[in-house]
Amino acid sequence: MEINHLTKLYNGKTVLDQFSVQLPSSGTVCLFGPSGCGKTTLLNCIAGLEPFDSGEILGTGNLKISYLFQEDRLLPWISARDNVAAVLVGSARYNAEQAKNWLQLVGLADAENRMPAELSGGMRRRVAIARALAFGGDLFLMDEPFQALDAECKEEMIALLEEKTADALKIIVTHDFQEAQMLADVIYVLDGPPVKIIDTITKKHA
Amino acid sequence: MMTSTTQNRNLFQNKGFRKLLAAAFWLGMWQLAYLTVKQEILIVSPVRVLQRLFELSQSGEFWLTALLSMLRILEGFLFGLIFGNILAVLTSVSRMMYDIFHPVISIIKATPVASFIILALVWIPSPHVPAFTSFLIVTPIVWANVVNGIKKTDHNLLQMAACYRFGLIKTIKRVYLPSIMPYFIAACTTGMGLAWKAGIAAEVLAVTPLSIGRQIYNSKIYIETDDLFAWTVVVVTMSVILEWLMVRFMKTVGQKYNIVQ
Repeated sequence: MEINHLTKLYNGKTVLDQFSVQLPSSGTVCLFGPSGCGKTTLLNCIAGLEPFDSGEILGTGNLKISYLFQEDRLLPWISARDNVAAVLVGSARYNAEQAKNWLQLVGLADAENRMPAELSGGMRRRVAIARALAFGGDLFLMDEPFQALDAECKEEMIALLEEKTADALKIIVTHDFQEAQMLADVIYVLDGPPVKIIDTITKKHA
Repeated sequence: MMTSTTQNRNLFQNKGFRKLLAAAFWLGMWQLAYLTVKQEILIVSPVRVLQRLFELSQSGEFWLTALLSMLRILEGFLFGLIFGNILAVLTSVSRMMYDIFHPVISIIKATPVASFIILALVWIPSPHVPAFTSFLIVTPIVWANVVNGIKKTDHNLLQMAACYRFGLIKTIKRVYLPSIMPYFIAACTTGMGLAWKAGIAAEVLAVTPLSIGRQIYNSKIYIETDDLFAWTVVVVTMSVILEWLMVRFMKTVGQKYNIVQ
């Protein structure tokens, strides 16, 4: 996957200015940088959710992209189980069963019928993680994936993520350097806006 | 003493009891107004209205009149719902359609109902005027509310739906419909009340045979104030019952399909 000379203006402000990077086809890449430097905009561009002004993103055309957004973005009018089932393709009964299994894996077997408003921030985050994993894909975009989770839960989620997405490329946005060190094969230290790479750290499970 | 005060407080916390109390208060005010004026030509007592209602309800014509008026108004209301929704979708997906229809809807909203009724009497056969008038009143309300609902659909959820490849049908079912439903239900409740008002006004001006409007018109001609009050009570009761049934139906169906919380 290649990002070449990507430029994006947002409300007259340059968020990406000729940004280029080459990414591997699997493994974990962390984008580490301060809030507001343009990391989320970069992820949105990769996901195809935001148009950019110039440049190109190569190698995402045939990829199935699963995006764990910075906000949980759960549908508030359906249960935790239905939120996970909503991203699955299959019969309603099969999807419900699959969704239940995914919720069990994130430790929410008892909360399957609860509405998002009835869940704590950490529980909602775990539903969003279950949804992203259930959808699957070749590329996982994860924006602050473990926010609102306590240390123990975070470790469990990292283990689950590594197990279920072993063959996929994961691009993780974080401003927690310890988290980046724990997860990443490559850490790009960013600054901005406009986003620029100020350092590259290659590190496998420090 | 303490127990009695607590019981009273609990009673006032009961919504049904408070509503009953409000109804009793206004009935009392009505009776007081009647006792003050003491001229049946100007105002009749609640008891007399009930008595007249009972008398009217003995005839089959009363029920047929109420039924036909309800059908005319429901016809206009339902067509207003359908047309308002279609128009809302069209004007939301196309800026051009919005620019074309927006001035027309604004004109319809601002034009006095009486002007429409009289124009409609010239354009179309008089038995269809009440339904047409209700239709004209309901359409802009539904249009405005549904367009607002579509506009206010959470952009983040739409992005999520696009990313997880929901497709058009699932996005409509899972994101748009639940977002629009509160606006749609509000349009239905407002529209139902206004459809009755406009529809009955049209029946009065069109002197539609076998209609509540015709009965109200006759009560004016023959100065039968008790009839006017009795038929008005019929209109209000039918409007409230239909509104209640409609909201209940929409909520039940909406909850079954997860589009209403």
